[in-house]
Amino acid sequence: MPLMPSVAQWLALTAGLLYLVGAWRSTRTGKSWSPWRSASFTAGIVTLVVAFAPPLNAFAHHDLRGHMLQHLLVGMFAPLGLVFGAPMGLLLRNLSPARARGIVRLLGSVPVRVLSHPLSAAVLDIGGMYLLYLTPLYALSMTTPWLHHLIHLHFVISGCLFSWAIAGPDPAPHRPRWRTRLGVLFLAIATHATLGKLIYAWRMPQGTGAGVDEIQAAAQWMYYGGDLAEIVLLMALMQQWLRRRRAAERSPLADPA
Amino acid sequence: MSIPHPKHANPRRTLLASVLIGIGCMAALDEIVFHQLLAWHHFVDRGTAFALASDGVLHAGELVLLVVGFFVMIELHGAGRQAPGYRGPGFLLGAGGFQVFDGVVDHKLLRLHQVRYVDDVWLYDVAWIGAGAIILAIGWLLLRRARRGRASSQR
Repeated sequence: MPLMPSVAQWLALTAGLLYLVGAWRSTRTGKSWSPWRSASFTAGIVTLVVAFAPPLNAFAHHDLRGHMLQHLLVGMFAPLGLVFGAPMGLLLRNLSPARARGIVRLLGSVPVRVLSHPLSAAVLDIGGMYLLYLTPLYALSMTTPWLHHLIHLHFVISGCLFSWAIAGPDPAPHRPRWRTRLGVLFLAIATHATLGKLIYAWRMPQGTGAGVDEIQAAAQWMYYGGDLAEIVLLMALMQQWLRRRRAAERSPLADPA
Repeated sequence: MSIPHPKHANPRRTLLASVLIGIGCMAALDEIVFHQLLAWHHFVDRGTAFALASDGVLHAGELVLLVVGFFVMIELHGAGRQAPGYRGPGFLLGAGGFQVFDGVVDHKLLRLHQVRYVDDVWLYDVAWIGAGAIILAIGWLLLRRARRGRASSQR
């Protein structure tokens, strides 16, 4: 057990280092990169490293509250930092025009467009949580290390996909209009809150040996902790709306989103 | 920020934004005071899937309305289009409207949860819905004054 968490930490640190090198390279070649973006990405990386630290891992392994804390950090808070660091935009700046075009083409391809639609991203992210907590999957992941790590990886990736699809600053050529994104975010908040209450009322996940108090505390952590992350995403989405409204006000010919 | 010129003011949008903020604030007050401080309401009152899902939808609604309302208000403020005298009535109409809706639809018609789990719950219902109705009535009176150009607030 003690080896795998540090593998996760090493992966996170490597990603953070690559990002900072990219930001440094971009700035050095005259294309300035916002320090706020770098700070955001770094905060995301630090959140991942803390979430996978051995003490928290141990807490998560024998206590459902620890698991929920880790889940919130890995699947909801770290993705916000990572996505608002705009890693894709940074990558595009550091590539040759031909390679950058290749990436943009990939982003516009049908599979990526389907996956990164807010609705499918929400189903992957929140649907994955329903699957984990309301089926025997959670108990199985406690005794199957590879499944456990796969689930963590799933929540990091689907959390990033969802945040990006709703309000990420990275290029998203075929993103639906903000009304659709707001609607999907509303549904996501509602289904996440409902899951917190289902876990509380039905004492899920079963077969973990966790007591009622422990399950109910974990459910409330999920409910209120999720709120915080969702409010940040909601404000980011509305900030984009505000910026477009103001731009439309200045030039009446612009498309008023 | 200069005082908005009435010609540019947008009363409908100002009213809309403040109604949204009023609903969101009242719903948040309900969660903070009655769930957290008094603990009259519980995190889960009825464990049916319908009751839990409607809780989730209500909760998501209050978050979204509050944030969207604030952003619409920020936009109006920045463009100098807040209509004088329409924020107060909008806020009260939203807050009172939510209180009455919660008291009548959630508590009585859908029976999701009660104000408090005691014998004479009707007393609490009367106080709950009555308080909402009073807030609603004050909001309506203030709105009438604003429409006649006699708003209490001129900025």
